[in-house]
Amino acid sequence: MGYFGGFLVTLRQHGYKNKVTTQYSGGRVFRRKNRDDKDQKIDKPERLHGRHVLNRYEDGMEKCIGCELCAGVCPARCIYVRGRDNDPDNPTSPGERFGFVYEINYLRCIHCDLCVEACPTEAITETKLFEFSFTNRKDAIYTKAELLVGDDGKPQHLPWEDWREGEDEHTSGWMRATAPSGDATFEGTVAWSGELGYGVRAPEPAQDVRDEEDN
Amino acid sequence: MDAILAVDPLLEGNLLWTPLLIVLLKVLVVFVVGLVATMLMVWFERKVIAGMQNRVGPNKAGPFGLLQTLADGTKLFLKEDLIPERADRFVFKLAPYLAFVPAFLAFAIIPLGGDYRNGNGGMVELFGHQTRVQLADPPVGVLFALAISAIAVYGIMLAGWASGSKYPLLGSVRASAQMVSYEAALGLSVACVLLVAGTMSTSGIVNLQGSVGNWNVVTTGFVPFFIFVIAATAELNRPPFDLVEAEQELVGGFNTEYASIRFALFYLAEFMNTITMSALIVTLFFGGPQPVSIGGTTLDIPLIPNALEGTVWLLLKVLVFLYIYVWFRATLPRFRYDQLMDLGWKVLIPASLGWFMLLAAQRVGEDAGWDRIVVTLVTALVLIGGYTLLQLAMKVSRDNRDRDGASF
Repeated sequence: MGYFGGFLVTLRQHGYKNKVTTQYSGGRVFRRKNRDDKDQKIDKPERLHGRHVLNRYEDGMEKCIGCELCAGVCPARCIYVRGRDNDPDNPTSPGERFGFVYEINYLRCIHCDLCVEACPTEAITETKLFEFSFTNRKDAIYTKAELLVGDDGKPQHLPWEDWREGEDEHTSGWMRATAPSGDATFEGTVAWSGELGYGVRAPEPAQDVRDEEDN
Repeated sequence: MDAILAVDPLLEGNLLWTPLLIVLLKVLVVFVVGLVATMLMVWFERKVIAGMQNRVGPNKAGPFGLLQTLADGTKLFLKEDLIPERADRFVFKLAPYLAFVPAFLAFAIIPLGGDYRNGNGGMVELFGHQTRVQLADPPVGVLFALAISAIAVYGIMLAGWASGSKYPLLGSVRASAQMVSYEAALGLSVACVLLVAGTMSTSGIVNLQGSVGNWNVVTTGFVPFFIFVIAATAELNRPPFDLVEAEQELVGGFNTEYASIRFALFYLAEFMNTITMSALIVTLFFGGPQPVSIGGTTLDIPLIPNALEGTVWLLLKVLVFLYIYVWFRATLPRFRYDQLMDLGWKVLIPASLGWFMLLAAQRVGEDAGWDRIVVTLVTALVLIGGYTLLQLAMKVSRDNRDRDGASF
């Protein structure tokens, strides 16, 4: 067909029934009608950078020690942390100090995950939830009350957030992938502490194993 | 007055109230139809191109996403109206209207329907007056369309110039060069139609194309039609000729600095021009609102009164060309600038000029009673001679440039 073969290609494509588009969300109408087929979301990669969580140790203690390294490294300056000395009789975290105030402004956050890499205690990691929508600036600031994981170790499902099944399982993919500093010689080595509800998480499979899975 | 408007019997004799109201009604209808058609065209283009790329396209606003353009337009209206500091304020504000108004003016001379059965010749009866379904029918109709489409260049050129910014200026320089180059090929292929039809009024041209055999695309021998489609695509700055707004090179082209309602006007004008050009192609080459009639049998659309049938036929024919334009866009990559100029000056203009000569010689031969075959042969010989000379001239100039060390 030479020059005109391309026209046939596009015309044939127009007839295809299979679309690459995923129906992201059917909106309120379809949700009210329980039309799940109109409301699909694709599976997200495990390392996706989304909303943060503040993790806890297996005994329920908070991991954050209020060192402010995350606030220091943040290129968007969206994190505000204030530490305070632990009450010796009733400590919040195992160390000397704990994160007393922890706020993240999601109007500024660029989800670079540098805070996750900077954190010495794996206290802050990111979930897969990336959909943010606010009607005023104050709502965009998540405080410790919203960021801290619940007693089952899973991120809190805040009323305005759209969590899907299984999404709250993966909260620390990027932390494990980059510990320590993403050095390849540490691939497969566990270099992190246990988490409430999950215990010590297994490292990601090695690169060649993952390559084989993909093929 | 009569000389300009006499073709439509509505305006013959003394000017009365009813004809005046009918004309006003037509103005309103043409304007509204133009706006709504543009809205639907944007939707159509997005939907078709999405289909060709295995996507879904707009499907959230309204049924099948039909109201998407309305939503986008409303958003644009509410956005901040920005004028760059270094812009020429008056010209900057004027330019969108210079692009927008011609797009609608050209639509005024397109026959939009009519009753072509029982020898009615496109007349319909409206409030007791015989009239055409067409806003204006000047005897110079086709020339008017060409003139108006040429004026549209000013909108784009001035927009780029008045922005006070580099990339828009480059975009508008490209636009003016491109549109002037292709205007010639466009005009020459229209001249072929005028030669065959013997009239410049659009309604006259439509009336002569009663059956498929009489369509101008056949009587002018297909070549002018193809040249017209290519030149019109270039004239509309649509892909593959959209160098004016080549995103990869020029940010957004001439409209980079435009936002809000002014940008919406450019956008509207672009799609309106596409519709107008498609309608003009149908008018000039495919019998406009005439029903399709092959070998004496005229196809009939059931359940639709004769007076409305013309409009339906026009819509169907125009839709085919709109689809083709979208198809072009989905298929063809953009031309390089020198390729664009080569195609315009070295292929389309000589081809349309040669074909025009051929048709003219045929007609002179018919009038003088010469042998048809001899006339064709002699003309073909002359054309081959001309083509050889052209190739020779291009070779000489290429050699000269090579000697000077030019890169292409």
